[in-house]
Order: sequence, then structure tokens, then C-alpha cells
Amino acid sequence: MSSELRYTANTQLEHLHARYTGTGHADLTKYEWLTHQHRDTLASIVGHPTLNSYLAIADNESIGRIKFETTERMLQPCGPPPPKDDD
Amino acid sequence: MSEETPRLVDSFTAPKEVLQEFAELAEEEDVDPFAETASKRQIAARQSDYHNRRFSRVANESGDAFTDGDDSGYRDAMRLQMLEKEEQRVKRLIEEKEKQDREDGKENMDLDRTPPRAEIQAVAQELAAATGSKRKRRWDVGDEDERKEAIKADEKEWSDQALESSAPKKRRSRWDATPADVNVAPGETPKRSRWDQTPAAQPDAPPIPILMNAPGFMTEDKHNRYLTDEELDAILPSQGYSIVTPPPGYAPLVAPRKLTATPISASLGGFEIKESSDAAAVAAAAGLAPELPTEIPGVGNLAFFKPEDAQYFAKILKEEDETELSVDEMKERKIMRLLLKIKNGTPPVRKTALRQITDKAREFGAGPLFDKILPLLMERTLEDQERHLLVKVIDRVLYKLDDLVRPYVHKILVVIEPLLIDEDYYARVEGREIISNLSKAAGLAHMISTMRPDIDHADEYVRNTTARAFSVVASALGIPSLLPFLKAVCRSKKSWQARHTGIRIVQQIAIMMGCAVLPHLRNLVDCVAHGLQDEQQKVRTMTALALAALAEAAAPYGIESFDNVLKPLWLGIRLHRGKGLAAFLKAIGFIIPLMDPEYASYYTKEVTVILIREFQTSDEEMKKIVLKVVKQCAATEGVTPQYIKQDILPDFFKAFWVRRMALDRRNYKQVVETTVELAQKAGVSEIVGRIVNDLKDEAEPYRKMVMETITKVVASLGASDIDERLEVRLVDGIIYSFQEQTTEDQVMLDGFGTVVNALGIRVKPYLTQIVSTILWRLNNKSAKVRQQAADLTTRLAVVIKQCGEDQLLSKLGLVLFEQLGEEYPDTLGSIIAAEGAIANVVGMTQMNPPVKDLLPRMTPILRNRHEKVQEASINLIGRIADRGAEMVPAREWMRICFELLDLLKAHKKAIRRAAVNSFGYIAKSLGPQDVLQVLLTNLRVQERQSRVCSTVAIAIVAETCGPFTCIPAILNEYRTAELNVRTGCLKALSFVFEYVGPQSAYYVDSVVTMLEDALTDRDLVHRQTASTIVKHLALGVAGLGCEDSMLHLMNLVWPNCFETSPHVIGAVMEAIEAMRVTLGPGVLLSYVMQGLFHPARKVREVYWRIYNSLYLGAADALVPFYPDVGELSEGPNVYDRYPLQMFI
Repeated sequence: MSSELRYTANTQLEHLHARYTGTGHADLTKYEWLTHQHRDTLASIVGHPTLNSYLAIADNESIGRIKFETTERMLQPCGPPPPKDDD
Repeated sequence: MSEETPRLVDSFTAPKEVLQEFAELAEEEDVDPFAETASKRQIAARQSDYHNRRFSRVANESGDAFTDGDDSGYRDAMRLQMLEKEEQRVKRLIEEKEKQDREDGKENMDLDRTPPRAEIQAVAQELAAATGSKRKRRWDVGDEDERKEAIKADEKEWSDQALESSAPKKRRSRWDATPADVNVAPGETPKRSRWDQTPAAQPDAPPIPILMNAPGFMTEDKHNRYLTDEELDAILPSQGYSIVTPPPGYAPLVAPRKLTATPISASLGGFEIKESSDAAAVAAAAGLAPELPTEIPGVGNLAFFKPEDAQYFAKILKEEDETELSVDEMKERKIMRLLLKIKNGTPPVRKTALRQITDKAREFGAGPLFDKILPLLMERTLEDQERHLLVKVIDRVLYKLDDLVRPYVHKILVVIEPLLIDEDYYARVEGREIISNLSKAAGLAHMISTMRPDIDHADEYVRNTTARAFSVVASALGIPSLLPFLKAVCRSKKSWQARHTGIRIVQQIAIMMGCAVLPHLRNLVDCVAHGLQDEQQKVRTMTALALAALAEAAAPYGIESFDNVLKPLWLGIRLHRGKGLAAFLKAIGFIIPLMDPEYASYYTKEVTVILIREFQTSDEEMKKIVLKVVKQCAATEGVTPQYIKQDILPDFFKAFWVRRMALDRRNYKQVVETTVELAQKAGVSEIVGRIVNDLKDEAEPYRKMVMETITKVVASLGASDIDERLEVRLVDGIIYSFQEQTTEDQVMLDGFGTVVNALGIRVKPYLTQIVSTILWRLNNKSAKVRQQAADLTTRLAVVIKQCGEDQLLSKLGLVLFEQLGEEYPDTLGSIIAAEGAIANVVGMTQMNPPVKDLLPRMTPILRNRHEKVQEASINLIGRIADRGAEMVPAREWMRICFELLDLLKAHKKAIRRAAVNSFGYIAKSLGPQDVLQVLLTNLRVQERQSRVCSTVAIAIVAETCGPFTCIPAILNEYRTAELNVRTGCLKALSFVFEYVGPQSAYYVDSVVTMLEDALTDRDLVHRQTASTIVKHLALGVAGLGCEDSMLHLMNLVWPNCFETSPHVIGAVMEAIEAMRVTLGPGVLLSYVMQGLFHPARKVREVYWRIYNSLYLGAADALVPFYPDVGELSEGPNVYDRYPLQMFI
């Protein structure tokens, strides 16, 4: 609330930010932030054909397979979420 | 002294009339000057009688068809409605009988229209007996005798409170404000001075507290309250005065307040400061509590409080022992408090109250809520804002209550339906919103069973609003679900009113839903089709109107759906006369444009006969409809020009192109529009040829109508169709009508300009004549005429140049130049604009008078404060500075520069912009030094707007003359100790860098030291403006290799990210965003990373905000820059980004 008041002129900006996935806030956990980073990384690989073929050569796999696996890995790139410690 | 001299002493007494006048003035003092505006704000006072018929509606409980199977609500509603019909019938009979009696002369003709008392009573009794217990179905049961009174007075009021409140029409002044429960004795004079308010004995009943409204009144009231006996005793001498006994039969108008309780000692001491600021406590101490509407217990301070509110909120106005109340009573009071807060509270109070009432809606239940809300909405003194808020409450509550609302549907409808015919658009929208939500909550079946009885209600008002409400239900729940019901209603055999309303529902659906009716068009048309042959005239008319609305909504599609009605429509126009015919023609007018060309032509021919017959009509409505239909027919593709020329035009011109048509504004417009439409088909020469002679008609309004038509026709179709003979007549007519006009009108001016411009070079032979007219009129003694002549010059300048008549132009230019001494600013403005137009077409070098003479003449005129003059002169000067600056000595330009500074203060933006641009032109021709000096000096002035404009002008000078000419001067000026100058310099620099863009790469290093200083200044504005400069710089130099200086600036900007002032933080954030572009997101990420997980939340919040905008700006580019945090992996969560670790 206080931050909202402090940035009255820019509250709209914050709302705008909140509409996109991958953006963060002051209470973001390490796991959440890193998961976003991993997804971004994987998405970047899928999105850049050159990176795709680079990984395909390194792994000795077909480009399609790399693409598929990378996409699959985006589901839970850093494993399952850690249990919440409710105190 | 002689006998004749009057005694001087007597002459000191004022004459009687004067004394009388003062006495009257004193009496009038009580009159509330705001009473009139207050009644304007009140919805009921503003609206027509028809709208106010809503007050006479009766709502009934609608039983929930889904819960109790016996459907008693509907049956009762129908029975009640039958009774009402019967009641109206009996009343009508009585009226007729009475009329009959009067005509037969049975009644004595003493102008007393009142029927014999006995008769009325008999009828009233009969009615009361007939209605019997059913009338208890009203949702506000008044007690028995009052109800009878209501029937007798033929005023079906809503509640007993409303009865009372509606009695006094004039707003009472505060002196004689009566608590609601005291009955006003009949025959009592409404106004009394305070002296005859001698208190009578203490009444038994405690007086109802709270009377006054706005807080402004409260304090005044405290001082102006009535003096008590004790006070009077203390003030007046004990001898020589006696208390007069009140006259017999006097009953105090105002219930005496708690007078005996007043402690005199305190209130006589004059002004004193109270210990506590609590108004209620102060009031209580002074014994004034009942008079002061300060705070309502449990509600707090209100924005206002009206006397009428006291009736509704009586229960919460006095302190009560809450422990003695039952749960229901507590609930009721809670609702009342919330409603009062919403209706009268300040915005924050209102907001929380609204949220509470929404959250607790189901807890309160529909009954208690609506029993409180709905009577408030029917209050006669309701104002727009209050209505809006209450409607909002209903809307929110409806959403929460959902199907619990069913028993109250009819009550709500009775209150909300009137909104649908409100003249205020937003009220209509609100009404629609509520009814659509209501129908979604209650369900279609319930809505139909509730509204069914109103469909053939005896009152037209009720049927009208019900039809509109039904159309809203249709749009909310879909037309298909309502169709079977509509079909049944439109075919109702029982009453024509039902059919009429059914068809009207269809019409309203079409009007409201527009092209959304298309999928159901055939069904809707079939619904109403048979109404064209109905035996009731009104039903036939309404059917035609409904078809017109459907066709209009469906345009340009859906002609096939109308197949069934074409024949009856076209047959109908031969059978009907008057209103019915008008409606049929209207329907035809809307259907013809949907048709294929060949059908359209056939049907147009069919209808033309009737149209031509109706050209002769004397009925204004019919005239308008006929004109409209002609316009629609003429616009359709199938109608040939040949046909229009032969069959329509002769009669059309005979009937409508007469002087009489020019007199009525609406007829005038319609005729012009239709003629222009006909001209699209028939051609310019056909139409213009027919009316051109009327330009010399003796009636001026008619000449104007002709001129307007010719203007529009020529503007849309051009003048190439006009042959030589017509051209002569046309120009002749135009000059004639222009000269003969008595009121200088825009129409004549536009017409002249349009026609001459359309004729172009063909106008050359007439130019001498035209120009001599203008010259003659430029010397007219009327300022208006001179102004119009100048305006005409502005319009003709281009054409005169086209015709090669430079001679004439220079003559005009000279005459206008001589006229620059004009004293009327409007005229002067036009003259300058005309001079400007001539200078524009002739060019600066050929201009006569020469520019070097013209400009010095303009300098003093720049001081004129009139906006039109300012704008015209700045445009002319700007043009000269742009094109012919070298023809004027530099000294003159400097003089103009100083005058221009004044124009920077102008209110109109166009003037300021033109002035700022002129600085640029002048600087270009003179070199920047002097102009810049003027502008920099102007940064010292007090006025902000002037300074801001100067900074913009500096930037424009920098842009036109190159930044290197200005930046050193600005940097030098920045060293001034004055704050305004420094911020002005910063602002100017910010504009400079914004305008020059990539060029700023050359100047980065020169401004870095200054920016260092500004960014580390204590003054917020310095840092804000410096951040803006950094933003423009960074965006300008992106990719130009200035990263080193930019990184330096970044380090200076960055600490400002914790600023809280909105403008500063905005500027800083933008600067950081710009840095992302020029330094790359990786650098920014390393800055941001320092605080994303900072222990202090305030730091984290700011850094995440920056991170988010960074992320949204360059998500993909950030991927390689994320830190490698593999060592943080724990358990199942592995944070290594393996794909990035691969290499070949």
C-alpha cells in the first residue's frame, strides 16, 4: 500500500507490469525468480534458430528433438516448487 | 421664516414609500436565493408532467413463481390492474356525466367546476368499497383514512411521507421550517417574522431534531436562532413593553424548540472559544443540539443534509439505547446509516459505505434493503447526484442478492423504468444497466410474469415505460427467448393496448439493439406484420413505426424479411390519412433504401403519387416526413435522374421552394438537405437553374435558403455543369444577394466564397465588379460589413491571383493597409487576415504595400490584446519572417522580438506556437545572437508560461541555427545564481537535445560538467530537469559511441531512483529506461541486481520496479546476463542453466 501511495503517478505502470508474466515484485522468492530466468533462457533458445542448431550439434541430436525437449523443459525448469514454510 | 417654509425637522423623516420598501426588503431577507437553483437541480422540478407521472404509479409485491407454486403475486397483480382500469373507467364516466350535466344546465353556472361534494364522496366510497382490501397490496401501506384521502384527491401517492412532502411546493425558508410531524393549520400565512414566534406552551411530543442542511447554514443558524423569552427579558427594558397574547386561532407554524432548556448566561456573553472542537458536544452544551444537523450518531459528518431527508432517516437521527432494539431494528438502522452515508456523505465515506452495503447485502436481505432504498428514489426533491448514487447501490446490491431479489422486481421496475425515458443520456444508460442486471438475476419467466400486467395498463405512461423495459430485457436475455411471448402479446385478442405495447416493444428493441436485430429480423417482422391491418388506428401507426425502426436498424441488409409487409404498406398508403399515413410513409422511406435497384425504382414510383399529393399538406409533421422520404428515395440507386427530373422536381419545387418554408428553422434545414440529395441525381444545373432567380427574391430568409442550397450543391458537385448563361445569372444573383443582406451572415459569405472558388478562372469577367463591391463595402460605416468584406477578400485572394488580376490584388492590399487603423478588434482581425492572404498569394517581393512598410505598421498592432487580432498578426508576421525577412531592417525585427515576448503569454495555444516559431524564422535571418539574448533575458521574468515558451523558443533557435550557436550561451547563463534562470536553462537544453537528436553526440562532453552539477543539486527540480536532459541525450546518442560519458551520467542519475515526488521519479525512471537503450540491458541488470533482494522492503520495491521495466523492455537480451547461480541448487531444485554451458 505504501509503495502504491508513493508512486501515485506511476501506479498505472505497476499495474501494467503486473499484467505480464516474468515480472517480479518485492516478495518474489528465489525459486520463482530463477524459474522465470530459466524459462526465458529456454524460450530464447527455441526462438533463435542458430542457438537451436548449436545445441543440436553439441548434443548430437536432431534440431527438432532439441526444440521439443527445450519446450518440454519449460514446464518446471527448476524442479517442483519448494514447500511453503508457513510460520 | 414665513408660513410657507415647511418645518425642517419633519423633513428628516423618510417618506412612507421608502420605509415601506425597507420593510418589504426586510421581509424578503428570509427568501433563500438558492431556492431556484436548488429546484433546478431537483429532477422532478425539471421534468415534464409526463415524466412526473411516475409518481402516480403503484407497485405490487411480485410473488416468486419459482418458490411458491400458487403464483399468488401474479394473480393479485392482474386483479389489481383490472381494478385500476375499472377505477379509471368509473372516473371517466363521472367526468363525462358531470360535463353532460353542465351542458344540460342542471348545474348552476357560477364557474365553480367542483362537482357536488356528495357525489364525490359517494364515488369515493364506492371506489373504496370496490378496491377494498386489495389496495393494501401497495408496498407501502399507508393507514386507512389517508389512503382514502389519496383516492379522493386522485393522487396515488407513494407513501404518507411523500404525501406530506409534496404538499408545500415552494421551498420553505429556514425561518419557518416545520418539523415533519406538525400539521400545518390551514389558512396559516406561510411567512412570519421571528417576532411573532412567541413560544406557546411546551408541547408534549419531543420535537423532531435535525432540520437544516448544509454545514454553512449551521453556524449561521446558531446565531440566528429565535430569541427565548428569557433572552428577550434580558435585552429589553422591563418597563414599557408587554408580551402580546397571540391572536385567537393562532397555531405556531414551527414547533417551538427546546427553548426552556437554554441556559442564557452562556449565550449572552458574545463570542467565546469552546473547549472541545466536537460540534455535537458544543451544541449540546449550548442546548442547541436539536437545531444543529452536525453529526448523526453512528454516521459522522455529512456533506449536506436536506430537510426532506429527516423523514426517511428519522429513526437514526436521535440517540437510542441500542441494547433495547431487536435484531431486525438494529439491521434497519444499520441500513439507514449506510444509505445516508452513501447519499449524503463525502466521497471517501460514501465509498466505504457502498462497499459495506454490497458485502452485507445478502445478510441484510432484499426486503429491508429495498424498503429503504426505493422510497428514497421516489422522493420529489431528489437530485441527479443522489439518484445516481442510489441507483448505483441498487446495481451493486442486485449483483449480490441474485435470485433473492424476485419478490421486489416490480417495485424496482416501477422506480427504475422512469429512468429509461429520462432526458439525461447517462440516466437512461444506468436504467438500462439495472434492468438488464435485474432480468439476469430474476430470470425471464419471472420478469415476464411481473411485467405482464403492465402491458395493457390503462395509463399510456406505464405502457410506454414497460415497453422500453421489455426491450432491455430482450437485449439482456436474447431476443429468441422473448420471441414466443412477443408473438403472443402482439396477437392479443383481449385488448388493443396489449397489441400496441407488444409492437412498441419490437420498435424499442430495434432502436436499442441496432444491427443486432438482423439474425431475428424475419421473426420480429412477422411478429408485428399483422398489426398493419389492425382495427385500431393507434396499433397500425405503431406497427408502421416499428417497421421503420427495424428497417433503419437492419440497413442496408434484410430486405427479404420485409417481403410480407411490402404489400400492406403500399396498399396502406392509399387507405390512410393523417398520422397513420405519416407513419406508413416513414416505414416506406426506411425500407426503400434496402431494396435492389429495380425494385426500389418500382416501389418509389408507387409511392411517389402519394408523396406528390402530400406535398400540399399543411401538417408540419407530415411535411417533414415527406421530405425525408423523398430524400431517401432519391438516394437509392434504382431511381433514375430522368425520373426525378420529370416526376418529382416540378411538384417538389412548386410545393417546397416557397418563401414560407424559409421561416421555420427545421423545415428550412429539411428542404435544403432534400434538395441537395436530389441534386446528386439531377445535377447541378438542373437544381441551380430552378432556384437561381430566387437569389433576387425580396425575402431575405428565402434568399439565404437559396444561397445555402447552392453552396452545398456546388461544394459537393462542382461548377463544371454550369453553362455560360447560368453562370451569368448565378454570379449576378450572388452579388445581388450579398449586397442586399441586412444581417451579415456566414451563409452569404460561405456561398460567395464557395461559388467563386468553384468557378475558378471563369469568374474573371466579373472580378472588377466583385472587387469594387468589396472596396465599397470596406468603407461602409458598419463594422460588421467591413469585417465581412475583409473575410470575403481572404476567400477570394487565391482566385483573383489565378485570374491574373494582380492589379486588383494590389489595390485591395493598399486599401486594407489603409484600414489597419480599424478600431473594432473583430474587424481588425479580419483585415489583417485578408492582408495576410494577399501577401500569401502575391509573394513577399511583389507585395503592395511593400513589406518594409507593412511590418513597421504591424508592430504596434501586436500589442492589441484581442485574440483574433493577435492570431492574425502573428501569422502575417511569421509568414513575412519566413519568406521575406531580408526586406525589413534588423532593427525592426528586434523591436518585433520584444513584442513577441508578450504573445508568449497568450491563452490560445495556436498564438503561442506561432510566436515561438516566429522566433526561429527571425533568428534564421538575423543570426541567433541577438534573438537568443532577448530570450535568455526573458528567463528572468516572473511568469512561468512566458519562461516555458522562451525555453521552447531557445530550443527552436538552436535547431534552426545549429546547436553550437546556442549551447555556449545557455551554459554561460546557467551560472547565474537565480533559480528560475537555471531551471530555464536546463529546460531549454532538454528541448534542444530533444529536437536535435543524434546531433547531440557532438555536445555530450561539453554539457557533462553542467549535468554533474545539476544532478547533484539539492533542488528537486534541478535533478528532475537534468534527468530529462539525460533521457534525451541518451536516446539521441544511442549507438554513437558516447558510452563513457553516458555511464558517468548514469552513475549520477541512479541514486535518484529513491525519489518519491511523482514528477521527479517519473523523469528519473525515464532516464534509466533511456540508459537501457544506450548502455544495453546487461549494464543496467548489474545495477539492479544489487537491490532485488535487499533486506529493506522499500529498496526492494524500487529495484523491482526498475527490473520490471528493464525486463519488459529487453527480456530476451537479458538471458546471457543473468548470473550463474548453480551453487544455490538445493534438493530437487537445480538452478544451473545447462544449455548455456555447452560448447563445441
